[in-house]
Order: sequence, then C-alpha cells, then structure tokens
Amino acid sequence: MLRLEKRPQPSAAWGWATPVLAVGLTMIAGGILFAALGKDPFAAIKMIFWDPLFSPQFAAFSRPQLLVKAGPLILIAVGLAIGFRAGIWNIGAEGQYIIGAICGAAVALAFFPAPGWYIFPLMVIAGAFGGWAWAMIPAILKTRFNTNEILVSLLLVYVAEKILAAMATGRMRNPDGAGFPGSRNIAQYPAASNLEIIAGTGMHWGVVAAFIAVIFAYVMLHRHMLGYHVQLAGQAPRAARFAGVAPSRLVVLCLGFSGALAGLAGLFEVAGPARMISIDFNVGYGFTAIIVAFLGRLHPVGIVLAGLLMALTYIGGEIAQFMLGLPAASIQVFQGMLLFFLLALDVLSNYRVRLSRAEAA
Amino acid sequence: MIDLSSINPVVLAAALMVAATPILLAAIGELVVEKAGVLNLGVEGMMITGAVTGFAVAVMTRDPYLGLLAAAFGGAAISLLFALLTQVMMANQVASGLALTLFGLGFSALLGQGFVGVSPPRTAKLDFGFLSDLPILGPILFRHDPMVYVSLALVAGVWYFLNYTRGGRILRAVGENHEAAHALGYRVRRVRILAIAFGGACAGLGGAYLSLIRVPQWTEGMTAGAGWIALALVVFSSWRPWRVVLGAYLFGGIIVLQLNLQAAGFRIPVEYLAMSPYLVTILVLVIMSSGRARKTLAAPGSLGRPFHATG
Repeated sequence: MLRLEKRPQPSAAWGWATPVLAVGLTMIAGGILFAALGKDPFAAIKMIFWDPLFSPQFAAFSRPQLLVKAGPLILIAVGLAIGFRAGIWNIGAEGQYIIGAICGAAVALAFFPAPGWYIFPLMVIAGAFGGWAWAMIPAILKTRFNTNEILVSLLLVYVAEKILAAMATGRMRNPDGAGFPGSRNIAQYPAASNLEIIAGTGMHWGVVAAFIAVIFAYVMLHRHMLGYHVQLAGQAPRAARFAGVAPSRLVVLCLGFSGALAGLAGLFEVAGPARMISIDFNVGYGFTAIIVAFLGRLHPVGIVLAGLLMALTYIGGEIAQFMLGLPAASIQVFQGMLLFFLLALDVLSNYRVRLSRAEAA
Repeated sequence: MIDLSSINPVVLAAALMVAATPILLAAIGELVVEKAGVLNLGVEGMMITGAVTGFAVAVMTRDPYLGLLAAAFGGAAISLLFALLTQVMMANQVASGLALTLFGLGFSALLGQGFVGVSPPRTAKLDFGFLSDLPILGPILFRHDPMVYVSLALVAGVWYFLNYTRGGRILRAVGENHEAAHALGYRVRRVRILAIAFGGACAGLGGAYLSLIRVPQWTEGMTAGAGWIALALVVFSSWRPWRVVLGAYLFGGIIVLQLNLQAAGFRIPVEYLAMSPYLVTILVLVIMSSGRARKTLAAPGSLGRPFHATG
C-alpha cells in the first residue's frame, strides 16, 4: 500500500523536476486526446512544440510571435505570482488587462492625431493606472469589508468585458470606421504605437517591461524585506502577524502590483499586436497567466521559461489548427491538462511516497 | 422612450424562477461541498461540462431527461478530477478549482463543436390541473418545467440531510473540524470525495438546465460566470440551504429585470444593464462579509484546509 509522508521541507529537486515531468505527461495525454480526435498525435505534438521554432515553413513568421505572446503572459504572471505566494488570489487579471488597455487607448485617442514624444509614456502611465485601479476594488473591499478577493476580482472580469463592449461600440468607436465596432487603429498612429523595437524579433516595449518586471520581482522577493514578508504571510500567516506584517497592507500591495502589471500588458497589447480596442480584444492572457505562474513555480525566472513555453503552445496550436484542422479549443484543453498534471505532481515535492506493509488508516 | 408598462410583473415573476434555477442547483451543490470543508472553485467548469454533455446526449437521444441525467454524471465525473487532486494528491484547493474551471471551459468547447446552432429537444412544462389555471399564481408557480421543482426539492433534501440525518452530521463534523472527525473514526477523505461528486452533479444539472431549458442552445462559454455567482451565493446564504433559495431568486429577479429593461428600450446602453448581476453579486458579498453580518456568517471551520492523516 502506498502511503504519503509529509516532508519537513518541500524537496528542491522535485520542485525543478515536476514542471518538466508535467510537460512530458501533458504531451502524452495531449497526444492521446489528438488521436481521439482522429489526428496524428506525433505530427500534432511536433507541430505545437517544434515547428514554431525550427520548421523552415513557419519559423520565420512564428519565431517573433514567441516574444509577442510571451510578453503579456510573463508580465501578468510575475505580478500574480507574488500575490499567490502571499496567499492573495488575484484571479481577475483578465479584467485588469482590459481596463488597462481601455485607459491607455483613451489617452491615445484623446491626443489623436497630434504628434508628441510624451504621448506613449502617458499611455503607459494610464495603462498601469487603469489596471491598478481595477485591482484596488477587490483590494479595498478585502481590507475594509473582508470580502473574498477571489470572487470579487473574478466577477469584475465580466464587468470589464461589458465595459469593453460598450467602449468598442460606443465611446471609442472609430468615427471614420463606417459604423463598424472597434476604435481607431492605434498601431498606425505613430506617436502612440507600440511597434517592434528590433525588426523581426517580436521585441516590443511590452517585452522590455516584462523583463524589467521579472528582475524587479526577483530582487524584491529574494533580496528585500517585503519579499520576506510575502513569503511569511503565505506560509505562516500567524507568525507573519506576530512579526509585524500588516495583512491589509500586503493585500493592497500585491493586488495593486499585479493589477498594474496586467494593465500594462493590456496597454502594450492594444497599442501593438491587437492594434485597437475591439469587442474581442481580450483572448484570455489573464487566465493563461495563472497557469504560467504555477508552471514557473511562482519564481520570476521560472515564469520566464513557463511564459515562453506557453506562448509556444499558443503559436503551435495555431499552426496545428491551420495544418491539421485541430479544433481551437483543443489547445485550451492542453493548457488545462498541464495545470492539472502540475498540481498533481506537486505531491512529490511536498510528500514522500512510501511503500508500507501495514494497513494505514 | 421607456415603456415600463410593457413589463408584466406576472411574466417577470415566472421568468425569475426559471432564471434562478441554474444558479440555485449549482449553489446547493457547492453548499454541501463547503459544508464538508472543501472549497471547490471549479463550479463554472463543472457547470459548462454539464451544459455540453447534457446538450449532446439530449440531442442524440432526443430525450431532455436523459440529457439532464448525463449532465449530472458529467459534472460528477469532472469533479472527481478535483477530488483526485485535492484529496489524494493533496494539491492546493484554490489552484485546483481554477484548473478545473480552465480545463472545463476548453473541454466543453471541444466537445460542443458539432452542436453549435443545433436546437435541443423541448422539455415539456408541467400541468398541475386547476392549480395551473389559477390567475396570477398559476403562471408564476405552477406552469414550469419539472427541474424548477426538482431544484427546490433538492434544497429541501439537503436541508433535511444536513440537519436531521446521521450522515449529515458526519459531513458537518468533517467540515467543521477534520482532525476531530478523524479522531472519532470518520473517513474524512471519503466523505469529502462524496460531497465533491454531489456538488459536481448539481453543477452539471445547473449547466444543463441552461443549455437545454433556459436558453436553449449550446454556445461556447455560455455559463458566463453563473458558476462564480453560485459560489458567491453560498457566502450570501451563510451556508444555510433555504437562504440559497432566497439568494438565487433575488439574482434571478435581477437578471430578468435587467433583460426586461433592455427589451423595454431603457436609455442606458445594453452593456451597462448586463453588468448589473455581477455588480449586485459583489455588493451582496460586501454586505454579507462586513460588520454585523460577519458574526452570523458561519463558514465551516475547516473550509479550504487540506487534511492529511498522519500515522
């Protein structure tokens, strides 16, 4: 009979091994899924993980896409991870992402078509502010009224989606767009556009911001008192209180930081790859970033790797959709399975599996 | 011009019960899960899985009741993934619940591909004879499909089970203090897995009610947050079954009123009216978790805490 024995401390070796193992298992389970859908599993897996980077047919287009897709995922996930470590669950990043994009786009549209070096920085500030403000709603409700931040932040995603629809069809609709929903093309407005910094790499300001955020989060978590407080609050809330960590301050900080980063991700997206505010502007980065945060073990460096991998599945998924007729939803299932395997395998880093002869209760 | 006279209060009240039933079903299931000390945030994922399995089976067999049955099984089956993660693999409940929701949304979209635009078999409304012919009360209370009454019977059943049966007391003991329950010899893990499966079945039914009766159609992501509203409803109810009914009907009322105002050409843009159920849910959460109300809030003692028997 197998028995679990709690480790006094999570195993560091398994901590690194489980994400790799989870990816491997997801490939196998995904292959079975693709086979069940009547597709060649080996071709599908190769298309998702190999072709975006190395296929002569697709790589030229899809390699830059890697950074374009990984940028927002990493930016959002780094913010979320700090909160998750402290036991503060912001799962409404998708909403903060939308509001950040709307605020940033509002600045751009207000200045249109004036030139000026100051417009883009103002948009960045507005985007971060929008995401921050949207995240402050669950934060303040939590600290003032003890309202569950999980439910509030999630419900606000739906509210944000409605605001987005209202903006795309109302206030922000392109006056020269013949009545079609959607704002002006911000990517074609030079003073406000977030274009590639180095042509052909997919590197835009959002990617730069993501790497700054990663370095910042790393320093904060591992070299700063605040990071220590975050860890303490997550692992031993009572001890944290005795040590003088103010829980409400931590809630405001964690939610605010992750909200601002999600807002930034939204702004860089709307001024670059997405080009404009439209009804279907958001594509679920805020939710996928949750998977990225866990896959990266809530560690900034791990998140970079996880974000790149997850971006790969997005791009590879598109190729497989196009080449094999794989349904769009199957990649979502694939990502969901990855999170399942990851959470399940975590048992190995927290517990020892022992074989016991005696009947355990 | 607003034409409020076009809103008929009798029709409104009747529609309210129908609008409330999916969240009522999902919430009463989640209440049992939380009473057993488990926080399953995957309600949305289980609902949408139920919505698609129920729809697919109903379309293929041309029988809505087989569809509803299949939805209950589908919801329970996917909830067992959560049970495996949290009860056997000792994974974090919050993260596992989220995983269930993300997975369920993708999985249902995959299963439902061939069913977009198909219309399901109709579910007949019940006829209670002279009761259904009563003025006002008849249309409001006695002319619904059977699931409206099943959901209320389910609430009564849960209430009776939790308060008046041995099994219910064991379940509550497990939820209040799992160490003590374990010391008394109760099988904490088994009770919790059963509770999770029951919650999954209820959520599945709620989802299928949406796709088979309320809408009735299958579209990707059609639950649109109903599972999260159901979760909020459990907090609103302070973990008491009858209060879940009150809460669900309150939300049903808001949903229906908001739709009616849209139809009546209310001058606020549609999107802002459509936000109202979510905003009201947040407002209710705030009221329930703050101040005096908080003291009467009786969250189960072991809610969300993992249990690992040593020895």
